[in-house]
Amino acid sequence: MSPARDVQIVTRPHVDNFIRWSADKPEVVVLSADLTNSCEVGKWRDTYPERFFSMGMAEQNMLGFAGGLAREGFEPWLHTFAVFLYRRPLDQLQMSIAYPNLRVRLVGFLPGITTPGGVTHQAIDDIAVMRAIPNMTILETGDATEVESVLDIAHAIDGPVYIRMLRGEVPRLFPQDEPFTFNRARVLSLAGSTIDDPADLVVLTSGILTEEALRAVPALQSAGVTVTHLHVSTLKPFTDPTITRALQAATGAIVTMENHLIIGGLGSAVAETMAEAGISTPLHRIGLPDTYAHGASQAHLLAEYHLDAFSLVETAQTVLQRDLAIDATDLAPVRIAAAHSSAKVEAL
Amino acid sequence: MTLYAESVPDPQAMAAGVRRRVLAHVLANNGGYLSQACSAAELLAVLYGRVLRLSALDAPMHPPAFESVPGPDSPRVSGGVFHGEPSPVGDRFIVSPAHYALVVYAALIEAGRLDEAALDQFNKDGSTVEMIGAEHSPGFETTTGSLAQALSTAGGIALGRRLKDETGRTFVFMSDGEFQEGQTWEAIQALVYYRLDSVRVIVDVNRAQCDGPMDSVMTIEPLATKLKAFGASVDSVDGHDIAALTRALERSTGRPHFVLAYTDPTRGVPLLNERRPVLHYLRFTGDDERSRYQDYYDELLTVGADATQGAGR
Repeated sequence: MSPARDVQIVTRPHVDNFIRWSADKPEVVVLSADLTNSCEVGKWRDTYPERFFSMGMAEQNMLGFAGGLAREGFEPWLHTFAVFLYRRPLDQLQMSIAYPNLRVRLVGFLPGITTPGGVTHQAIDDIAVMRAIPNMTILETGDATEVESVLDIAHAIDGPVYIRMLRGEVPRLFPQDEPFTFNRARVLSLAGSTIDDPADLVVLTSGILTEEALRAVPALQSAGVTVTHLHVSTLKPFTDPTITRALQAATGAIVTMENHLIIGGLGSAVAETMAEAGISTPLHRIGLPDTYAHGASQAHLLAEYHLDAFSLVETAQTVLQRDLAIDATDLAPVRIAAAHSSAKVEAL
Repeated sequence: MTLYAESVPDPQAMAAGVRRRVLAHVLANNGGYLSQACSAAELLAVLYGRVLRLSALDAPMHPPAFESVPGPDSPRVSGGVFHGEPSPVGDRFIVSPAHYALVVYAALIEAGRLDEAALDQFNKDGSTVEMIGAEHSPGFETTTGSLAQALSTAGGIALGRRLKDETGRTFVFMSDGEFQEGQTWEAIQALVYYRLDSVRVIVDVNRAQCDGPMDSVMTIEPLATKLKAFGASVDSVDGHDIAALTRALERSTGRPHFVLAYTDPTRGVPLLNERRPVLHYLRFTGDDERSRYQDYYDELLTVGADATQGAGR
């Protein structure tokens, strides 16, 4: 079993961390649209009631208020489900926040298929939409360490920031003393001794799918495949030289894995980088194909849409045209979060 | 702080000047947003000439040339500089319907805040004197051209100012069509919930919109009743009555306050009545129509000169 599987599970990492972090930042205010406990800021509200503003189920107006507060020197941190930050109020997001390049933090919960809430709650196109918004920075968290350290990263950016946030029971995949670094991928495996050494497979993963990839990479390595694996947390800008160098070192194939449509997200950003750098290695994008998802458990949806660890193995076999003789039992075990965990205030 | 309101000309004369300048511009450019000047001239004249507490400018300012849109390496350029240095006790003024830009520019000229040569740059490439006011355009403190967004932004500004213990008011100028947008009602709901009584909204109820008379597009009445039901205070006034507008705008009610200024979108240019029911944008049908507007303009200048002399006596 890979050491990566001996992961600590952190329950609701955002709750107390955000309270501690906000203590010496009086400019930080929180706006919520009736999903306060669901977005783990109920305790924050009770700690800082004078800085918490309930805006009701009215996201268009909430984004406008956020823009106005930012103009007056405050730093609004909007907490709601991701879909309600960019689908319904996209014009407000663009005109009242993004165009004037205001310091508003959009903390979007339930990215992709992390919710059984079905199509209405699953933000599967958020990165694609947000990447097409000038001035927007896009960050995605993949574990508890990133949930904790993304706050400093966002706080330092002089413009709007969208964060794909995790909640509930979150694994700690990365050491707590190795925080989120802006626009710098984490190197999780190297095919050789450096990022420039040739790799049969260069795997780039983001968000919750990094945990899936971590289950599969040891099996691939055991089967003799050389793998360079990067975890990507900054999706815009997408100018990290580490990524370009890793892509240039790929000899067999490049595979991206994302909890998002394969259109417009990590896979598309990698394709653009490859095209601009003249990298002609085949690229395979694991993610939702051009489809909506539906309401079911995360584990079920990961398997149904071929987003799980074994999908990476299958993809590797196809793109490398090798029978790697790996079956599902060779993978590190699945960590199954309870569908009705006490770490969540609702079943969504 | 020096407040400009004490030294500007009479709002009645300012309003006449707004109409005259906009008509001249429309004649020179074979078109423009004339009906908005007719309906809103007194509203903007009362605001800039009487009500708004804005820092004084040393002299009318020239509009800056366009340099860049806001971005990581280019700070936001605000048309709010024409409203003077912001102060905790001063007012903010946010124009929501950005297509009133020409009328706003004309009012700023009448208020002595914008150089009158600025209109020569209207809608010219590389100019900030844009046809639809942008955030860098004179008089525009925010990005508002997508209708119904300004009131929410103003709410956030008013809330932020309250958190900083500022006592100044936040005025918003709106068009009536914006009350068809759901966001407007979301904003009113929030203004009332947070008791943001520093927000004062003046609405140009000219009952005309792009497709034609409002009642043929989507009715918003009874607007005062709806606003009161939401918990706002409302004054409905004749939007061409300087004294009534001033009284209504200066009234402190302890609630977000709405002044519904009922206006005539042909006021001061009766020729526009020939174009009813669609008044939103004027483009001359031909030389004949244009020359009749030119004759009317020439007549206005003569009458205006007489009136000025009369006032002087």
